[in-house]
Amino acid sequence: MQSTAPALLPTSPAPEEIRDVIAPLTALEGPLLPMLHAIQAVWGHVPQAAVPVLADVLNLGRAEVHGVISFYHDFRDHPSGRHVLKICRAEACQSVGGTAMADAVLARLGVDWHGTTADGAVTVEPVYCLGLCACGPAAMIDGRVLGRVDADRLASELEAAG
Amino acid sequence: MKIWVPLDSAAKALGADAVAEAIAREAAARGIDVQIIRNGSHGMVWLEPLVEVDAGEGRVGYGPVTPADVPALLDGRLNSLGPVEDLDWMRRQTRLTFARCGVIDPLDLDDYAAHGGLVGLRRAIGMDSAAIVDEVTASGLRGRGGAGFPTGIKWKTVAGAVADQKYIVCNADEGDSGTFADRMIMEGDPFTLIEGMAIAGLGVGATRGYVYMRSEYPVAIDVLERAVVIARQRGMLGADVLGSGRAFDMQVRVGAGAYVCGEETSLLNSLEGKRGTVRAKPPLPALEGFLGKPTVVNNVISLATIPVIFEKGAQHYADFGLGRSRGTVTLQIAGNVRRGGLFETAFGMSLGEVVNDIGGGTLSGRPVKAVQVGGPLGAYMPVSKFDTAMGYEDFDAAGGLIGHAGLVVFDDSADMLAMARFAMEFCAIESCGKCTPCRIGAVRGVETIDRIAAGDPGAAALLTDLCETMKDGSLCALGGFTPYPVMSALTQFPDDFATHKEAAE
Repeated sequence: MQSTAPALLPTSPAPEEIRDVIAPLTALEGPLLPMLHAIQAVWGHVPQAAVPVLADVLNLGRAEVHGVISFYHDFRDHPSGRHVLKICRAEACQSVGGTAMADAVLARLGVDWHGTTADGAVTVEPVYCLGLCACGPAAMIDGRVLGRVDADRLASELEAAG
Repeated sequence: MKIWVPLDSAAKALGADAVAEAIAREAAARGIDVQIIRNGSHGMVWLEPLVEVDAGEGRVGYGPVTPADVPALLDGRLNSLGPVEDLDWMRRQTRLTFARCGVIDPLDLDDYAAHGGLVGLRRAIGMDSAAIVDEVTASGLRGRGGAGFPTGIKWKTVAGAVADQKYIVCNADEGDSGTFADRMIMEGDPFTLIEGMAIAGLGVGATRGYVYMRSEYPVAIDVLERAVVIARQRGMLGADVLGSGRAFDMQVRVGAGAYVCGEETSLLNSLEGKRGTVRAKPPLPALEGFLGKPTVVNNVISLATIPVIFEKGAQHYADFGLGRSRGTVTLQIAGNVRRGGLFETAFGMSLGEVVNDIGGGTLSGRPVKAVQVGGPLGAYMPVSKFDTAMGYEDFDAAGGLIGHAGLVVFDDSADMLAMARFAMEFCAIESCGKCTPCRIGAVRGVETIDRIAAGDPGAAALLTDLCETMKDGSLCALGGFTPYPVMSALTQFPDDFATHKEAAE
């Protein structure tokens, strides 16, 4: 992505572009979540422009579509930073010092949960369990799982990711 | 030479990919012929990445292996664990559901069939619907997702419903902290889940299935999706399942980060593309489920256990267990524990034996303070309850629940007031908003626990009252069971609540 700061401006694709992305999914039973995932995979978030298109294609009210998008933690209304760091906040990771680790990472990056660093490099999100409960504290960078992490390790992983 | 390096998420999280790359690089540099197989995990997370090498004399285990160990590994100079199946952790288990996990290549259907796979499905093809349902009922299998409802009864309801379309929905929204059995089996032996769903389809007359998997499991999504494609290509799924003349096909659907979608009616709403809010029951999903049609909603482990029941017979499965908890339980030992991982055993082992003997006590070496059993909605069990047997009724009698059989161990540094507060906070974040006791109660719960921490002498009684309301008045287990961790913390660890009060006075 050729983005320069600020990295978080939402994009506004044309309705035809959105239709092209969701067209292959119209025959599915219960197609809305797969469509939202497909849209987010292309634009990094669910642009506002997608709401009327989805409502039209699926014969739903715009409010209904908005209600679905806003219900789920995964769907964003603006792009994330270049990398997404998810840190597990659940009990198993807490039992091995996850809370202190997460606080240290947030302090080091200078952001709060859901925040993005000023240079647009990293968005930090809480996650409630990655299924790595016997090797916590656990985290995930852009879909890559990491176990037994500490703040230093996450910092060097983020640095390596660029 | 064959070398197995797990593709399991836990192994990857501990560096398995880098080890596999180092092996490939080193083998190429030495010009030796090495076949690297990415298998599932055997479940000994403290030994991951656990690499196995077969140089012609059987599989020998090494672990944990780092990339720096690879030259010594290929030289045969690295200290070995011996054959993995001879390790104490493995020998003490009764592996029925997880028999193949870690052993086979998860995406090799022939390897699967060579280890007992497809025997159950072939047997089921020769049975009528009633006989299939009876077999499941006779096995005593109960829902492994947490509720423990008899699987055979659920199937019978769906089988008896008349409809133009029925569905099998697999609940793979394994959101409970401390649980990873669903993830492990989907990554390590995905065909067993597919086979279980196909048998369910034959049993109740459903031709379509969905696996609703949480988005937090990218590896499991990838492995299962590839397995479904292979199963379809090889005729295990499709219009003519293994030449039976009967149809069953399935898709993997990915959730979007809502914990409550692990509740079956929320899951169905989400699968339909709606907000994942809870539906009132009745109607039961078995009669009006996905798109209003009769639907079996079963947990991954329940469905993944079906093949072995049909392979070895219901009685073989039912012969294991304790009381009305028949068969095996796939314990997930997690948190602050020395030996964490997946341990499958007959119901009946005591909690203390699992934590201290199997798990080896805490990782920190400090005394155990509490064990949360059954995920974020399960009770904190104090050491004084360590004689509780792992069984649905036994845990119920001890004021807890076995849930999905995850255990999170805490040492004596744990602050139980903080854990109680977190339980309420989590409920507030994840509440679907449909019912008031959960939506509002969880927020008030956090505030009330903060008042206890600040020294308000009346707040504990208020919290107790609030928990009663949430327990009795919530539509589903999220609001209804959050009182388990909260009240168990308050009643079993009163010092953690009193200390705050006295400190403030």
